[in-house]
Formats: sequence, structure tokens, C-alpha cells
Amino acid sequence: MGKEGILLGTDSIGRLLTAAYLTAGTSSFSEFLASTAPALLPGADGLSVPNSLASQLPHGTTIVSAAFNGGVVMAGDRRATAGNMISQRDIEKVFRSDEFSCIGIAGVAGIGIDLVKLFQVELEHYEKLEGRALSLEGKANRLAGMVRANLGGAMQGLVVVPVFAGYDTDEGVGRIFSFDVAGGRYEEQRYHSIGSGSVFARGALKKLYADSMEPAAAILASMHALYDAADDDAATGGPDMTRRIYPIIATVTADGFRRLPDEEAGTYAEAVVADRMREPDGPTSPLRPPPGEIG
Amino acid sequence: MPFYVSPEQAMKDKADYARKGIARGRSGVVIQYDAGILFVAPNPSRALHKISEIYDRIAFAAVGRYNEYETLRKAGVRYADVTGYQYDRQDVTARGLANWYAQTLGSIFTDQLKPFEVEIVVAEVAEAPAEDQIYRITFDGSVNDEHGYVAMGGRAEAIATVLKEHYQDNMTLTSALAAAIAGLAAQANGDRMDIAASQLEVAVLERSRDHRTFRRLTGARLENLLAEARSAGQSTPAETSAPSSQDGQQAPPPDPSSSSDQPETSGK
Repeated sequence: MGKEGILLGTDSIGRLLTAAYLTAGTSSFSEFLASTAPALLPGADGLSVPNSLASQLPHGTTIVSAAFNGGVVMAGDRRATAGNMISQRDIEKVFRSDEFSCIGIAGVAGIGIDLVKLFQVELEHYEKLEGRALSLEGKANRLAGMVRANLGGAMQGLVVVPVFAGYDTDEGVGRIFSFDVAGGRYEEQRYHSIGSGSVFARGALKKLYADSMEPAAAILASMHALYDAADDDAATGGPDMTRRIYPIIATVTADGFRRLPDEEAGTYAEAVVADRMREPDGPTSPLRPPPGEIG
Repeated sequence: MPFYVSPEQAMKDKADYARKGIARGRSGVVIQYDAGILFVAPNPSRALHKISEIYDRIAFAAVGRYNEYETLRKAGVRYADVTGYQYDRQDVTARGLANWYAQTLGSIFTDQLKPFEVEIVVAEVAEAPAEDQIYRITFDGSVNDEHGYVAMGGRAEAIATVLKEHYQDNMTLTSALAAAIAGLAAQANGDRMDIAASQLEVAVLERSRDHRTFRRLTGARLENLLAEARSAGQSTPAETSAPSSQDGQQAPPPDPSSSSDQPETSGK
């Protein structure tokens, strides 16, 4: 049946798309858009963006993620900065990508949020067309391809880098994946952090993390790591106790994705702030004595 | 084409052809219940679905030729996902999708040599049962706006007659399933209520769920529901003369069963 030959009236995008709906093609939503309505894809292809403008766009900052016993936690601060301005105090940078995974973004917020939206549709679209969800590896690979598609934008300063974490239903563990702008995909062991405050957050998490942590301990450690990032990085926001704006915390376990309600995130934030009232630098890691001093 | 065929004859031939094709397959039923919309279709295959999710609150059911309605299903998912991506998730509606299907099927019916041998239902679950939308779209692109229940396929009229007897507003999932099975039994020329769970494809759109409301009912959960539906349905077809008194008797048992259903439902 010559489906290209069918003229089916117009919709908002035009005849071409209406006929394209009917042709047996890819199960990838982004590939479908690329072939039929490329203008809807995120990115700045064909545009020339001066670097001075790119740096003045809102940027999202720090995300941390840590695996725990039977799952994974992801937490992100709430600040977006545009140059030396705080452009938003309550931006959300950690999202549900599907039932068993979550995604956090750092970099140019506008492109990052579009990337997340496209990725969410991508996963759901595949699941609906194929009748089964992608494997966790498959999801990470797909995301890598979508990050690479923004390489042109990244070269002009519109850099966005995600971190992806999920529960592997086959192996029963939480896994974390990081990416670079060229589409490199790296599986991270135990914990990872991205964004402007990631250096400080990762340093803090390194000292607080333990293998097979309980979920509550992993959440608390992530909250401490974000606090340390906010402590030393101007672009990362700490918990805003006066406005009750707390970091976004999400967990993914065998029960699926769960975003902690604000009250629950607030209790963790309050615990961390109360702790810092006593010790501004936070919990210290116990040092073992050097071997010479024993006995 | 050397021979002249009058347009009337051409359309009639196409319509007859499509009807015959659809009549060869088995029927399907879509029926509203208090907490959502139920879809039931006889289907021994676990992999080739007649009932599918389209979007958050919209589902699709079809009878006829598999490759043709599968094309339409995928097109519907693409249409819904593009619309939701371009605008917002709440801008994807069953009405829009039904219109799109109607235009598409209508064009195929007039333009193509061979019409699609399919009949489809697009249903959207709303906040309240009164606002639920169910559309039946036939091979030539005509749309029917249905309320309460709809049967599709070759023996749709016979099934609809049975459904009419059994249907009432705000019935429980169990009694809706019993009604659907009674309806489907009508096409098998007998009161066979013993369709096995493995021979049925059953799915629901659950009103109270967030985000994606579509769920398939399979395995033990379906077996239990079928057993309940059978025991509830056993008494009903015999005495159709006094349905109101029947309903009065039926009312107490479904209540505890439906309340015990709820946690199981939300937990899954």
C-alpha cells in the first residue's frame, strides 16, 4: 500500500507528518521527529550564538547521585544562575524519566529541560510501540545519542550534560551513568556528581559514602554533599529554610521512581542545617591511626 | 481500468468487502465502570494485542485485520506523543484522536483500492464517569460517540443487546466484567460463561491513577476477577425479567470486594 501517496488533509504540521504517522518506521520518537518535524527537536542547529549570550542564559548547577542498597538516589539543588545573577531559586533539575529511572541536568537550563522532555517521551514512546520498556543500558545509550545531537550547540557554549540513574530490574541494583557533550557514556561506580559544584559535592560524598548504605543514609549523605557544594560554589544554592525551598530528592528502587515530598525533603534539610549549626564543616571522617603508633 | 464502475457501486463493494473482513474476526467490548473504563477482547495471543495504551488517559481497542489496526495504533501513539510534546500533555484528547482516525480512515476508504478491515474504539477516562469519552470509528471513517458501553466487530449488535440488559451506571469492575463476558458469550451462539483467562485480553483505564492510567489485567488478578464475575453473573442471565430486584440483591456483595480491590489496585 503506497502510504506516501495518501493525502489526508492537514494538521498543525502539515500533510507530510500525517502520512508519516502511518508509515511503518522507527520506534524512536526523536528519530521520528528528526525525519518529519526537525524543528521540534531541542538544540540550536544552524544558529550562531555568541559566547557572551550563552553565558548569560540561565544555567542549572549541581546534581549528586549515589547508589544504595537496592536502589539509587538523585538530588539536585534549586538554583539557576545567569551570569552573576540568580535567575531562579526554585528550578527543578531532577526528573522522573520513566518508572525505573531518573535524570538530572546541569548546564544551559533551556536546552536541558527540552532534552529531558524529549527523553521522557522517547522512553514512553518506545514502551508503547514495542510493548516493553528499554533495558537500563538501552536507555543510557539512547540518552548518549541525544546528548551528542546537541554537540553543535555545545560548541557554541550551549552546553548541557545529564546524569542518568536507574534501577536495573534484571540485576536488582541501582546504577548511575554520566555523559560528556560528545555523547560519551560512562557507568559510574557507587556515586557521581555533575555541575559547577560537583567538585565539592563529590569530595564530600567520597568521605560520607559507604557501600550498601541504607536509603535514608544515602539521602542524608547526598544532602550533606549538596550543602558542601553550596558552601564553596557560588552557583549552587543551599537549602532555603526561610522560603522552604529544599533540594529535590528522588529515589528509584524495585518499587519504582519516588520523588520525596517537600515535607520529607525538608526534614532531611533541617537535619543537615542543624548539624551544621554545631559543626559548620559537617561530619568528619574518622582517621585510622598510622600503623607505627599501634602497640 | 477499462471498465466503468459507478461510484455508488464502487463504494458499496468496498463497504461489503470491509464488513465481511471484520465479521470474520471476533468482537470486542468496551464498558464503563465506577472507577474507570474496561476493555475486553477474546485474544489467545499474549504478544499481539487488540487493546493498547495510547496516552496518559487514552486507550485503543480494535478488531479486524491485525496489520491494519496495528498501523493505526502506532499512528495514534505517534500523533498523541507529537501533540503532547509540541503543546502539553493535557492537550492530547480522545476527541482529537478520534477525529484524526476518522479523517484517516475516511481518506483510505475513498482513495485506496482496498479499505481497512478494522473497527476501532478510542476511549478517554475523565475525573468523573459522566465526562468519560468513548468513540467508535468504523472502516469508512464514521464516528459514533458512545456512552456506557460499546461492542465492536462482526456481531456487535447481538453483543450490544446483551450489554444493554446488563449495563448500569457506576457498576463495579466485577459486574462490568461479568456484563462484558455475557456479551461476548452471545457471539458464540450460547451462554458460555466459561471463557478462560488465557483466552481473554483485559485492560482498564483507572480513573484515580496519576499520569499513565492504562493497565493490563493478567495472571492471578484476572483469574480472581473472572471467578468473581462468573459467580456474580451466574444468576443474572436467567431472570432478565426482574433486573431491578437482581440489582438490589447484587448491590451488597460487590461493595466489600471493590473496597478490598482498591489497595491491591493502587499497590500494583
